[in-house]
Amino acid sequence: MLNLLFHTQMSLGVGQAAVVAVLAIIVAQFASRRGAKIGREIPMVLLRGIVQILLVGFLIAAMLRGPWWTGIPVLVVMIFIAATIVRRRVPELPGAYTLSLLCMAAGAGGVLTVMTLLGIVEPKIIILIPVGSMVIAQNMNIQSLFLNRFLGEVRSHRGEIESALALGASPEHAAESYLYASFHASLIPAIDNLRSLGIVWIPGMMAGMVLSGTSPIYAALYQFVILSMIFIAGAVSCLTATYLVPRRIFTPQQQLRRLT
Amino acid sequence: MTTNTAVLEARDLSRTVDQPGGPKSLLRNISFRLDQGQVLAVLGPSGAGKSTLLRLLNRLDEPTSGTVLLQGADTRDMDPRTLRRRVGMVMQQAYLFPGAAAANVRYGPAQHGIVLEDSQVADLIRQVGMAGYEDHDVSTLSGGEAQRISIARALANQPEVLLLDEPTSALDDLSKQDIEHLLASLVRERNMTCVWVTHDVAQARRVADLVLRLEAGQSIAFGTSQELLHA
Repeated sequence: MLNLLFHTQMSLGVGQAAVVAVLAIIVAQFASRRGAKIGREIPMVLLRGIVQILLVGFLIAAMLRGPWWTGIPVLVVMIFIAATIVRRRVPELPGAYTLSLLCMAAGAGGVLTVMTLLGIVEPKIIILIPVGSMVIAQNMNIQSLFLNRFLGEVRSHRGEIESALALGASPEHAAESYLYASFHASLIPAIDNLRSLGIVWIPGMMAGMVLSGTSPIYAALYQFVILSMIFIAGAVSCLTATYLVPRRIFTPQQQLRRLT
Repeated sequence: MTTNTAVLEARDLSRTVDQPGGPKSLLRNISFRLDQGQVLAVLGPSGAGKSTLLRLLNRLDEPTSGTVLLQGADTRDMDPRTLRRRVGMVMQQAYLFPGAAAANVRYGPAQHGIVLEDSQVADLIRQVGMAGYEDHDVSTLSGGEAQRISIARALANQPEVLLLDEPTSALDDLSKQDIEHLLASLVRERNMTCVWVTHDVAQARRVADLVLRLEAGQSIAFGTSQELLHA
């Protein structure tokens, strides 16, 4: 229906974005009335999202003419910004920014580096930035889920953790079962994405590749590669966090900090 | 002048925490000394600082000032894990780890590389009146039974001092009497030095040699049970 009103690709895109934004705001208002309290947050999130993605669109358009390595600083900046967003999800965790930065550098940064060196991700701006941003964004979500869940586990099992400490357990051992429960929980979406790939959903990237004329078989294989990269990056970043996060929630005297 | 070394001694222990409204003093200048086999009851209303004091003794929290001496040695110079093995603790709630009762009893020694034999585990569980419960899943235990297993778990480390943080307050009246009787007998049989936090004056009268009364983080009385509670 919209293509009857908009006759150019650009105007159609603006129209499509406006319609989904209005629908999202309506849904958020209904959700707020049911107590979800996202009515004010969602319009700002949508505005921020559209501005950010448009800026990236302009950036990629400008960078297409430059050498491939100019994509590296863009991805590095994305990781820094992602760490800021993760920190906001767990403001009570001391050193959350540095922790997230290190974990995502190991996860998303490490995976993208290895995949580029192996030639799985082609060193081209048009591939590096979209693929890199997908891996970083999903890594950010996994990292947020992990830390959020872990701090929740620590709060609700404070007695058990302090009982373990009181029996002479090391902080790492006292927190171990909660670390691994959080590790598993944070990877559930990435695992389920792999499990349901092609059956429940056909990811946007694959659809886009097919629409742009790529062989559907190659597009399917490449989509599998991307989702596997997301899983690997998430697992590496959470694994890194399992080593680093106990130092943040315990004092040097092996006491459990108050997480307020 | 006392020349023998106390098993446990607190000297001017204080703890202050930072809060949004400014620093808050939880405990101020608490001192006492306990010899082998003595039981100190720490009495006071809620918020008096009783549990705070206990947590400073095994270093689950850090004193702002003051010293804790275990057998004459400053606990700040000890590895916290070694200190906590030597100073056992039973909390208000059992906080058992998921799994079998025997695994809970084995937990403490295992942290220090000691594997208890089945007979040792069975003996500890028998001592707390739960003979034959080694393989029982702790999720099926009642509050009183769980507290008994948590006592066996603390004793498995063979602590020199036992800290009891209102160990009967979360139990029904019948279990309360049973657990108090069990703890009092174990402490006497083993000649253990013990700090027993309670808000129950009658309980303190039954179990303690010494009494420390706290109010708003300060000591308002310290003396023998005879002097303070039987007068």
